[in-house]
Amino acid sequence: MRTLGVLLEKEFLQLFRDPFMPKMIVFFPILVMLIFPWVATLEVKDVRVTVVDQDNSSLSRLISNEIEHSAYFEFQEVAKDYDRALLRLEEDRTDAIVSIPAGFEESLLKGSPKKISISANAVNAVKGSVGSQYLTQITGSAQQEFLQEKGIQGLSVPEVTVTNRYNETLVYRNYMIPALMIMLLILVCGFLPALNIVNEKERGTIEQINVTPVKQSVFMLAKLIPFWVIGLVVVAISIFTSFILYGLVPSGSWLEVFLACMIFIILMSALGVVVANYSSTMIEAIFLMFFVIMIFVLMGGLLTPIESMPEWAQYFTFILPSRYFNTIMRATYLKGASILDLRLEYAALAAFGLIFGLLAAITYRKRS
Amino acid sequence: MKRKRGIFIAFVKKEFWHLLRDSRTLLVALLIPVVLMILFGFTINTELNNVRVGFVIPHPSESIRRMTEKFSGNPYFTSVGQIPPTRIDEILRRGVADAVIVFPEDFDRRLSAARQGLPAEPLAQLVMDASNPNTAIQGAAYLQGVILGDVAVSPEVRLLFNPQMKSAFYFVPGIMGMLFLIICAMLTSVAIVREKERGSMEVLLVSPVRPLVIIFAKMIPYFFLSCVNLATILLLSRYVLKVPLTAGIVSILGVSLLYIALSLAVGLFISTVTHRQVTALTISAMGLIMPSVMLSGMLFPIENLPRILQYLSCVIPARWFIDAMRKLMIEGLRFTLILDDFLILLGMTVALIALALLRFNDKID
Amino acid sequence: MTHCNDCLISVRDLTKKFGDFTAVDHISFDVGPGEIFGFLGANGAGKTTAMRMLCGLSYPTSGTGQVAGYDINRQGERIKAHIGYMSQKFSLYEDLTVFENMRLYGGIYGLRRKEVEERADAILRRLDFLEERNTLVGSLPLGWKQKLAFSVATLHRPKIIFLDEPTGGVDPITRRQFWEMIGGAAAGGTTLFVTTHYMDEAEYCGRVSVMVDGRIMALDSPARLKKMYGAASMDEVFRLLARGAERGG
Repeated sequence: MRTLGVLLEKEFLQLFRDPFMPKMIVFFPILVMLIFPWVATLEVKDVRVTVVDQDNSSLSRLISNEIEHSAYFEFQEVAKDYDRALLRLEEDRTDAIVSIPAGFEESLLKGSPKKISISANAVNAVKGSVGSQYLTQITGSAQQEFLQEKGIQGLSVPEVTVTNRYNETLVYRNYMIPALMIMLLILVCGFLPALNIVNEKERGTIEQINVTPVKQSVFMLAKLIPFWVIGLVVVAISIFTSFILYGLVPSGSWLEVFLACMIFIILMSALGVVVANYSSTMIEAIFLMFFVIMIFVLMGGLLTPIESMPEWAQYFTFILPSRYFNTIMRATYLKGASILDLRLEYAALAAFGLIFGLLAAITYRKRS
Repeated sequence: MKRKRGIFIAFVKKEFWHLLRDSRTLLVALLIPVVLMILFGFTINTELNNVRVGFVIPHPSESIRRMTEKFSGNPYFTSVGQIPPTRIDEILRRGVADAVIVFPEDFDRRLSAARQGLPAEPLAQLVMDASNPNTAIQGAAYLQGVILGDVAVSPEVRLLFNPQMKSAFYFVPGIMGMLFLIICAMLTSVAIVREKERGSMEVLLVSPVRPLVIIFAKMIPYFFLSCVNLATILLLSRYVLKVPLTAGIVSILGVSLLYIALSLAVGLFISTVTHRQVTALTISAMGLIMPSVMLSGMLFPIENLPRILQYLSCVIPARWFIDAMRKLMIEGLRFTLILDDFLILLGMTVALIALALLRFNDKID
Repeated sequence: MTHCNDCLISVRDLTKKFGDFTAVDHISFDVGPGEIFGFLGANGAGKTTAMRMLCGLSYPTSGTGQVAGYDINRQGERIKAHIGYMSQKFSLYEDLTVFENMRLYGGIYGLRRKEVEERADAILRRLDFLEERNTLVGSLPLGWKQKLAFSVATLHRPKIIFLDEPTGGVDPITRRQFWEMIGGAAAGGTTLFVTTHYMDEAEYCGRVSVMVDGRIMALDSPARLKKMYGAASMDEVFRLLARGAERGG
């Protein structure tokens, strides 16, 4: 215990004496919470639309008009022909083309309508698919409006009502904030311990420790505890910042948010230590850690849905702790889920924590 | 002049020797980008294609059975089966399903009314887990489309350039942009700061060799290393991920090589503002990951950002590279159409190298 | 061969191989209490590798040995409680002060806070170093760093102190002072095991061994060695012995 005490004292002295780290630990989460919740949105708006009107009827003008006045669209112009519109699309001056065939109004009034065609630039898959969905809706409602004005029954559009739970206002920020907290923890608790230990290796200071009777578990604990504290400080700062800036509070229990973070921090920093134990240079450690971290971030469901991955990759995500942590954080933060609802995820996270913790103690060798 | 060139070559040789001797680091630096490229190229996808749907069916009927079958046959949906109405909230909260379709008692009657074009009550109620608004918006649109598919007059929709919506195409330039920036920045910043830490940089700086020579000699081996990475990544993109690379290899290579130089310059600049390897790596890895993933247009389109962040994203080199590479690799535009991106990247490279050299020179005086 | 039980270090046929390369090749020697034992050899002769095995930092490939009465193969961690070690590369924490380093290592060896304070002050006073007590170690000149590293290695009053090239890169005056410190420790009953490639420093040692290509080529007091080889200085002895060397230099 006494040994652990002096080692911890040393770690904290070094941490506070570093000209860079303490500032980083405070300002990095604030900056991230300030900037990135605004970035991470997949909501589609301002879709630039070009209308090719070959019908030139009151209906086709109505459709153009509806598009022009919709908040989702940025009406470009009415093009003469489809080829010219397509050229604009290739030059990235428009995102979608609505092409109304000649004689469209007439065919509708006869009861056997021709088809409007909608072409969208799908290089941005979300924009393409959502944009064309919006366009489908808006052309449909324009036609209905037109028919009603003419007093013609027979094309009522049936509907399905939609109830949005947990995030009624559909604010994307709220969905991103828990994921940003996870990214922060992955970066801070993954990179810092790995760099710290390899730094001691490169400088030779770890050898001076290895030649003393310090137990390896005690030394590892002294390395890990400061990063648990740092991780919790980072979480607290980001929760507080997101509350101040966006008024977002966990709809589930605060304690459970911290509990999950605690387990994840242990797991992540232990993983950093394992990587450091296998690396002899900083650059090697940082490359290995970068590898792990990018997989955790990009495949853990933080930024893109796991369900969208190919099936083999979805199975692969079962070995990523970030996957479980992501589910827990979002469900607790946004849906008010409890530890009971998420018992499987907590169990998986705890198991990973145990495994990595053990690995950290085993892979550190005082003797070669 | 000749003597100077001799010194330069000697320095480059020394740096190459450094790099090659550390075979573990070399292996890691060559393998990791490739593995990540393949992994992310195949898996990253923002397209929604697996909405898990549960059904509340108070009064089963033939038409409801047919309707639910449509969902199990559709690749965009996974059915989680029928659920009791009391458990809707629990199912959504635990994340078992993303959406629940609640059919009304008199679904059959409402359906036939709709088919005859009569104004009808809602066909069904959709309860969405809107914690992810994107899934909620898109999923609701998809689900409505399927439920109403038979009864509505819908236009023909064409998605261009990538009609199968294979997102791999779209993300390959993004992944390249992120990987090159971070890896090159880490390699150069640490290589220079390591010499500072060990004190060998001072020895070099007091020698008659000009800082420019020392710095370029340091960067050349990493430039070659990155070229090897570029070659593997382009080959993989073409033959494994099947990215079309339509604009021709010359302009793709041109932009990529410039971008590699820029990324090395970013590392160089970082090395002039830090004195310790830990700090240099914290900045080049931790500091660059977030902006180059989030502000580069890799996953989140620049045009969706608020104005201020759009301006901010202009300083992220990856933004311009990704924009250019998407146009070249996927859309197959001519080089002249990405000239603005190219010039911005060039300007950034020159500016960063100039800044770094200024700082180096300052220190000698 | 049996081990010398009264000796603090006793080694028989100690060998370390890295793949095909034999860094240390069947060395055997004994070091008694209070002795200053010089472990001489060119760079790459295997001195540091041998020393690391004695300190429990590295496992021998074969051979046996005892340090402070404990088996080097099986009781590495128990050896560590009784030895002090100063590595070739300065390895105290540069971002901690002089006293903070002492408090850390004192604490690790189980000294109480008061004990550490007393011993640290005594040491610093003896070195005329009290005003640097709260100076960051990184800002000290190299000579002072080396003296400090040695003092920290003696803080817990170990039976044996291992010093790996302690005077590398240090000016002649500081080197002399350093050897005086070593002599003082030996007079207090501590055993010192010192590697060096400065042959003139051998004169400070009671006995020296000369290592060439992983093997001990000679082992005796400097005077007897000079006589044996008919040489005027240890430098000459070494050159005679190292003539056939394949590595190092």
